[in-house]
Amino acid sequence: MTAADTPLLEMRGITKRFGAITALDHVDLRLYPGEVLGVVGDNGAGKSTLMKVLSGLYAANVGEISFDGNPVRLDSPRDAQDIGIEMVYQDLALAGNLPVYENIYLGREPGRQRFGFKIVDRKLSRRMAKGHLDRLHINVKSVDQKVEELSGGQAQAVAIARATAFDARLVIMDEPTAALAIKEVGKVLDLIKRLRDQGTSVILISHRMDDVFFVCDRVMALFHGRNFEESEIVNTSRNEVIGWIMGTKGHTETLAHDRL
Amino acid sequence: MTVSEDMLQDEFETPAARRMRLVEKYGVFAVVILMIVVLSILEPDIFPTTQNLTNVLRQVAMNALLALGLYIVIMTAGIDLSVGSIMALATMLLAMADTGGLPWPLALFIGPLVGIACGAVNGLGLTVLRLPHPFIMTLGTLYSIRGITNLVSGGRPVSGVSPEVRFLGSGEIPLPFLGEFASFPVSALVVLVCYGGVAYFINKVSLGRHIVAVGGNPQAARVSGINVDRVLLIVYCLSGFFAGLAALLMAGRTGAGFPNAGIGAELDAIAAVIIGGASFFGGRGTVLGVFAGVLVMGLLRNGLNLMDVSAFWQQTMIGMIVVGAVYVDVLRRRAGAAS
Ligand SMILES: Nc1ncnc2c1ncn2[C@@H]1O[C@H](COP(=O)(O)OP(=O)(O)O)[C@@H](O)[C@H]1O
Ligand SMILES: [Mg+2]
Repeated sequence: MTAADTPLLEMRGITKRFGAITALDHVDLRLYPGEVLGVVGDNGAGKSTLMKVLSGLYAANVGEISFDGNPVRLDSPRDAQDIGIEMVYQDLALAGNLPVYENIYLGREPGRQRFGFKIVDRKLSRRMAKGHLDRLHINVKSVDQKVEELSGGQAQAVAIARATAFDARLVIMDEPTAALAIKEVGKVLDLIKRLRDQGTSVILISHRMDDVFFVCDRVMALFHGRNFEESEIVNTSRNEVIGWIMGTKGHTETLAHDRL
Repeated sequence: MTVSEDMLQDEFETPAARRMRLVEKYGVFAVVILMIVVLSILEPDIFPTTQNLTNVLRQVAMNALLALGLYIVIMTAGIDLSVGSIMALATMLLAMADTGGLPWPLALFIGPLVGIACGAVNGLGLTVLRLPHPFIMTLGTLYSIRGITNLVSGGRPVSGVSPEVRFLGSGEIPLPFLGEFASFPVSALVVLVCYGGVAYFINKVSLGRHIVAVGGNPQAARVSGINVDRVLLIVYCLSGFFAGLAALLMAGRTGAGFPNAGIGAELDAIAAVIIGGASFFGGRGTVLGVFAGVLVMGLLRNGLNLMDVSAFWQQTMIGMIVVGAVYVDVLRRRAGAAS
């Protein structure tokens, strides 16, 4: 990555208020093609809110977003999907009453148009889901299994499959490893690396320094809804980043914990 | 998670849990068959005749349509208390327009159109006013639409609906091969076509799948790019549409519009949906199950009538069946959680 690259994504001066609470206060974010960016910060720092602005779920009160160098308006999740921004939500936004394959293609089902309605091609949808899960090396017993019957790791994998089913250019993952067993964490991190290898940019929110230092190229910290600090991953350390999360700069090895 | 672990997980389903799952899935059909068998034994000369069985279909037609609309609403974890009032207003306006000289091909559309318009009011109240729960909005329209029905009619019935308009509600298709007077009610045909249509819509059309998804997890639907408000608006319009179609059948059956028609009909429809196994919390339930729920209520009423049992018993028993149907669901969850 060189400074000459044009960013894939630029968010400038994003401010988001919920009533009296200012969740984001003029936050900037830049992301380059094929880059994995770690976003860290304490609980309530505004990480999820910033990502929901980017995924079209929340409208910012102030601020601009450009994608591929063009200013964009993201008024709904559909707008974001249309330009290739996908998100894996912290609270696993899946419909438990629907099978795996329907969750993957929910809202974008394959099918044919008849009289203004789309007739879903379930057979094709199943087949596409199987192929896609295979490519991601995700094992589920059957794509017909209802999501509510899956383990946490499997559900997370389905959510990631959803986010990557349509050649996304940017995949946002909000604490994808928080609820997972150790060996499932490894699978998710491998998946992120594979996405990057395919040229997809990833934004990873995580509290786990292991995750951040294993897959990210760059890390930025939010503190109380503001940009706090950021760095290429090779130019920082876990302890420094942990210090950023707690709102301090210049922490030394001896002051901080090894892990969070 | 590996394949072998998945299979282990599956073996954890206890026999009790599996039994409850089957009872929940097929229980209502077993009840329908059981009722048919019992009634055939108790009233062998009357109950199993073509005449009586088609009568059951005639009697359940309106509840079947109201329940179909409520099924779609309940799939989204919503409720529509206003369908009885919508049916009354639609019947009334239909009867007034028809007797007032509107050509019958146009009059036929009045019921469904009034229904859709009322449903749109419910849907907009929910999505634009952001009322906290559809119970509130549709409780409001239950009263207001009934009031408007009385206002436009002066509280008086209007009779003399034309034969063409009455055809869907009272027409009969002769079945000569089943006996001289055997016939199949057109209203039952309307019901069957509607049930088939909704089953196809819910299972095969993307909008139908979105309705199921909204019932499962509205947030998931929203982030999937589904316009949840639009889906809800359509759902309440559909509920209104079926109430309007029920109005057309009612006008056909009685030949008149009654301002007091359909009082309490929403509760019968909700009961049929719940007996049919749909979850009150949305996302679960089948069209076929709802039809079975409608039949359970219809057979109960028919059987008790044949046996000269008081209508008070019907109410008592329907109440018990509703509670029983939901209790089966509770047992299944408990058995599932214990595994
Ligand atoms: N939908 C919402 N309504 C009101 N306040 C919210 C909402 N979402 C987030 N907030 C508030 O915004 C702040 C940032 O939250 P969030 O973005 O979830 O933080 P993080 O993901 O970094 O833990 C918090 O103070 C939180 O309470
Ligand atoms: Mg968060």
